Amino acid sequence: MTKSNERKLTIARAMAEATAQEMRIDPSVFVMGEDIGPLGGVYGNTRGLIEEFGAERIRDTPISETAFIGAAVGAAQDGMRPVVELMFVDFFGVCFDAIYNLMAKNIYFSGGNVKVPMVLMTSTGGGYSDGGQHSQCLYGTFAHLPGMKVVAPSNAYDAKGLMTAAMRDDSPVVYMYHKGLQGMGWLGTEAGATVHVPEEPYTLEIGKAKVVREGKDVSIVSCGMGVHNALKAAKKLEEQGVGAEVVDLVSLVPLDRDTIRASVAKTGRLIVVDEDYMSYGLSGEIIATVTEHDISVLKAAPKRVAFPDVPIPFARVMEQFCLPNPDKIVAAWDEMQAA
Amino acid sequence: MSPTREEQHWMYRNMVTSRRFEEAIAKIYFEGKSPAFNMANGPIPGEMHLSDGQEPVAVGVCAHLTPEDVVTATHRPHHQAIAKGVDLDKMAAEIFGKKTGLSGGRGGHMHLFDDDVNFACSGIIAQGMGPAVGAALSRKMQGKPGVAVAFVGEGAVNQGGWHEAMNLAAVWNLPFICVVEDNGWGISVAKKTASSIGSHADRAAAYGIPGKRIEGNDPYAIYEAAGEAIARARAGEGPSLLECETYRLAGHFMGDAEAYRPEGEKDALFEKDPIPKMRERLLAEGAASEAELSTIEEESAARVDAAIKFARESDDAAPEDALTRVFAA
Repeated sequence: MTKSNERKLTIARAMAEATAQEMRIDPSVFVMGEDIGPLGGVYGNTRGLIEEFGAERIRDTPISETAFIGAAVGAAQDGMRPVVELMFVDFFGVCFDAIYNLMAKNIYFSGGNVKVPMVLMTSTGGGYSDGGQHSQCLYGTFAHLPGMKVVAPSNAYDAKGLMTAAMRDDSPVVYMYHKGLQGMGWLGTEAGATVHVPEEPYTLEIGKAKVVREGKDVSIVSCGMGVHNALKAAKKLEEQGVGAEVVDLVSLVPLDRDTIRASVAKTGRLIVVDEDYMSYGLSGEIIATVTEHDISVLKAAPKRVAFPDVPIPFARVMEQFCLPNPDKIVAAWDEMQAA
Repeated sequence: MSPTREEQHWMYRNMVTSRRFEEAIAKIYFEGKSPAFNMANGPIPGEMHLSDGQEPVAVGVCAHLTPEDVVTATHRPHHQAIAKGVDLDKMAAEIFGKKTGLSGGRGGHMHLFDDDVNFACSGIIAQGMGPAVGAALSRKMQGKPGVAVAFVGEGAVNQGGWHEAMNLAAVWNLPFICVVEDNGWGISVAKKTASSIGSHADRAAAYGIPGKRIEGNDPYAIYEAAGEAIARARAGEGPSLLECETYRLAGHFMGDAEAYRPEGEKDALFEKDPIPKMRERLLAEGAASEAELSTIEEESAARVDAAIKFARESDDAAPEDALTRVFAA
C-alpha cells in the first residue's frame, strides 16, 4: 500500500521526470518528435521539458516520422542518445523502415561495432472511440521483429524506472505506453496506474516481469492496461474463493519466460490478457512459452482474452464489446472450469 | 576549386581500385553458380550490385571528406565505401560471408558498416537519408566537426523519406549533403519514365537550399561542386543537393540480362568509361606521368588481390555466431 504522505505521479509525469533527470546528467540525451515541445506531448510525457532544456534539446519536428526516426538512428550511432516519439503506434506504417530495418538492425549489421542507444516512445491502446487508426496496441508487431527491446509499463513507478533504463541502454528500446494509463483527464484514466514514485532516479531492469498479485489457482499474464483488468478480475475471483496470480510482463522483449513458467508451474492454469489482436501475437507467445517448455504443469487448457481479429471499431458499444475487460477474464476462468 | 595533383592521384587510385575490385567480384561471383544460375551458391552468395562506371561520383565527393565525416551509401556501395576508406580486406571478407568481415558475415554486401571511418549503408532505397541527417544533427548539437553525406540513386528521389529528410536537413540548417548518383536507371525503369523533371537538383528549390546538377560523369566537375557544398556545410551554412550524371556499366544486379536497355546504349557508355578518360586527361594535362599511373594501377591491383586473397582464405562465418550481437554488448 502506498503511504498517504508519499508522492504519487501519473505515468506521463513519471516519464517526463525521468527524462529531465537523465538530461541533467547526460548532455547526449535529447528528445524529438511531433508536438513534444511547447505542447508537452499529446499525452503529457514531455511536459515541462522545453522550459528547462530549450528548443535545441526538446526538438519539435515536422510531421515526418521517416525522417526524424531515421535521424534518431543516425544521431544515436554518432554518439547521441535520442528519445523520439511516434505519437500513435498506429502511425508506424509511414516510417517502419526507419524502425525495423535501421534502428533494429544496425547493431547486428555492424557486428556489434555500432551502438544504437535510442528510445522510441509510442502510445498504444484505445477505448475512447478514436477509430481504427488511432487505437491499436501492436505489441506483437514490434516484439516480433528482432533487434529492439520493447517495454510496456502498467504504472508510474515502473514507467519512471523503465524510462531511465531505456535512455541508458546502448540498444534501441521501444517504449509503449498505454493512453488509458497516462493520467490525462481528457482521455479518462486508470487510477491504479498513478502510484508512488520516488523522487531520485532509479532504473528498472528491462526484461524482468513482476508478480503483482500472488495466487495459487490461476496465472493471469498481461501487460499495460491488461494488468489492471487482470487485477480487477482477480478481485472478483477472490470473492468466489479463487486465488488468481497476476503477472505483469513489464517488458515484451526480452520476455521474462522464467517468471511466467514459475507462476504457471505454481497455479497450473493460464489466462493471457492482451489488448492487441488475438492471432499471431503476444497471447500465443505466452502460451507457447509454457506449453513448449513443460506442458505437464497445466491442469487445464490455457485461455486467451484478446482483441478479436478485426480493425478497432469506432462506435463505443462496438469497441467496448471487443476490448478485454475484467468480466471477460472471469468468464475465461468459468469456461476453463467447465471444460 | 580544382583538385591538387595529389588529390588527382588519390582520385584515380580509388577509381581504379574500385573498378579492379568489382572486376574481381564479377568474376568470382559466377563460381559455382552455373550451369543453372543459383544466386545462393559459390563463394559470393546473394544479390550483387556493381557500381562500375559510377566511380567519379564517389571519388569527387569523398576527396573532400575525412574519416570523421559520415557517409551513408546505397545498396550499390562498393565505390563509395572504397573512396571513404572502408577497410578493403574486411569489406571483401564481408561480401564473401566470412568471419573476418566487417560484421562477421551478418550484413553482407548491401549492409556494410565501418565505424572507423563512419560509413554505413542500407539495402532500402532512400533510407540512408534519415541516418545521415541525424548524424549531421548530432554534429551540430555536439559542436563536433564533420559533415554527413547521403549518397542515393536518382530513383530514391521519388521516395517520401527522401523529401522528408531533405526538408528536415533544411529546416534545421544541418551540415548535410545529398549526392544523387543519376545513372539513368531505377532497376529497369528509365529515369524519364519515373521522374517528372530532368534534373533532381531543381528540387533543391523546394527546400530553399542550393542545388546543382553536374553533367558528364566528370570527376573534376564533381570534385568542384562537392567541394563547394561541403565547404558550405562545414561553415555552418546548411545543406546542399547535388545530382551527378553517371553511368551504370553493368546491369542492376549480377545476372541482369538488361533487356530493357535500348540497343547500343551500353556500347556508347563504354566509350565514355570515366577511368580511361581520366587517365588520358591526367597525361594530357601533365598531372601524372605514364610511370606514375602504371604504379597506381599496379598497386591498386595488388591491393585488390590481397583483399580477395584475405577473403578467400578467411574462415567461414561460424553458424552459431548468427545468434549474437543482436543487441549492443
